[in-house]
Amino acid sequence: MAILVYAEHDNASLKKATLNTITAAKQIGDEVHVLVAGSGNQAVAAEAAKAEGVSKVLVADNAVYEHQMAENIALLVADIAGSYSHILAPATTTGKNFMPRVAALLDVSMISDITAVIDAQTFERPIYAGNATATVKTTEDKIVLTVRTTGFDAASAEGGSATIETVTSVQESGKASFVNEEMAKSDRPELTSASIVVSGGRALANGENFTKYIEPLADKLGAAIGASRAAVDAGYVPNDMQVGQTGKIVAPDLYIAAGISGAIQHLAGMKDSKVIVAINNDPDSPIASVADYFLEADLFTALPELTSKI
Amino acid sequence: MKALVAVKRVIDYNVKVRVKADQSGVDLTNTKMSINPFDEIAVEEAVRLKEAGVIDEIIVVSIGPKESQEQIRAALALGADRGVLVQTDAKAYPLQVAKILKSIAEQEATDIILLGKQAIDDDNNQTGQMLAALMGIGQGTFASEVKVEGDKVNVTREVDGGLQTVALTLPAVITTDLRLNEPRYAKLPNIMKAKKKQLDEKTPADFGVDMTSKQEIIKVVPPAERKAGIKVASVDELIDKLRNEAKVI
Repeated sequence: MAILVYAEHDNASLKKATLNTITAAKQIGDEVHVLVAGSGNQAVAAEAAKAEGVSKVLVADNAVYEHQMAENIALLVADIAGSYSHILAPATTTGKNFMPRVAALLDVSMISDITAVIDAQTFERPIYAGNATATVKTTEDKIVLTVRTTGFDAASAEGGSATIETVTSVQESGKASFVNEEMAKSDRPELTSASIVVSGGRALANGENFTKYIEPLADKLGAAIGASRAAVDAGYVPNDMQVGQTGKIVAPDLYIAAGISGAIQHLAGMKDSKVIVAINNDPDSPIASVADYFLEADLFTALPELTSKI
Repeated sequence: MKALVAVKRVIDYNVKVRVKADQSGVDLTNTKMSINPFDEIAVEEAVRLKEAGVIDEIIVVSIGPKESQEQIRAALALGADRGVLVQTDAKAYPLQVAKILKSIAEQEATDIILLGKQAIDDDNNQTGQMLAALMGIGQGTFASEVKVEGDKVNVTREVDGGLQTVALTLPAVITTDLRLNEPRYAKLPNIMKAKKKQLDEKTPADFGVDMTSKQEIIKVVPPAERKAGIKVASVDELIDKLRNEAKVI
């Protein structure tokens, strides 16, 4: 049977998380279909059809799917689940929101946030904030999974030529409706897919210092900006910049942690980064134990120096 | 209106976990256990809704070993009215937990069901969504703001790009994010009073739920260790290492 991948998108373009999820699906089986549910999303479907390894794209284009409300999306996915052995979605807030609903509608257990495929029934996933790795086996008839995107390379966005098919099924729960959204505007690369991330913590002391010390360095490196929970809770930066167990999981080539002590919950979100740099005035802070390069310095002098010399 | 709050007994969030040598799981002997931090936020939100006159009664449920009654008592001390312990020594997977919670929510006719967005041990982030699906009701996951207006609730959710607000018809399931509120500390008189509050003991069989799952954890291992790094003496040395050794800039 084929494998269904749910596409992450904003009705205008396909998000890279979908390509990582396609890679995970290819490790399970050969025939991969992608579902693009949204409104006015035909361009996204065309993009998905070009992704390497995809044989069919299903498009559900209806106003009820515009904001990807879990109540409606789950009904749609459960409705077409019959012909699939596995259903995968990226472990983004969208995927985390509706996939457990799909599993419950199908009366099957689900495996969250997989980081490796062992075989078609066996997967690895982190537990206890990434302090242990569990190998989980499922014997469900339908296997419902969310995929930690940093655990899999992105499939090529070019080279595929999938057929596009329209899904006419319209599912509306009537229990929930969209009111509004406030999205943080940024020209920087997206945090979860950036190759360099510069993060600030409580030691930045205020939001202005993020602008003054972190932003210029990120601009110079073409990096995304992240933050510790302490910096978010103190109001220095918006919550969607939080890296950690309860925020975003990142695994860039270079992660620069400035003024972050490195609590277990923060490390859970970044310790798979290829190279970790910590700039901190406390050599005993836990971040020192995971940093490849530790610079013991006052960040208010070290950051401008680093920015000017890079 | 009635609220149902689900709490889980988990290893305290500050504890550095140790994986057992036989790879069967994480060593929990003599480790400090607490209410899952997200569930504590759910209890706090229910208590605030009661203080605001929206909710009349808060029922707190925990599914797990006998000792989970400590977490129920802790929730009662924070302001919940009565507790239900569904005792089982089996590993509680989200689907089975959701089925039990559905039975209780329907028996008690609760209007608002509050859960944490995820337990910090299994990191599943599934139970609330599964419960809402089984009940056929709306869900407000990763909530950072909850406003009840008549027979609807507006929930502001933390999503990847920022915030999203949804309107749900009651009854509805809400799962809490860290920024929803700052849980209070239980005062000693309230801890004493909580000992006298009603706590019913049940088993999964009372709700016709079989705890066996088709999912099984085969082994648990520690994550790959990062090799120890080095201390650099200056910004210049750091840049040199990043350029010439790590080759990341």
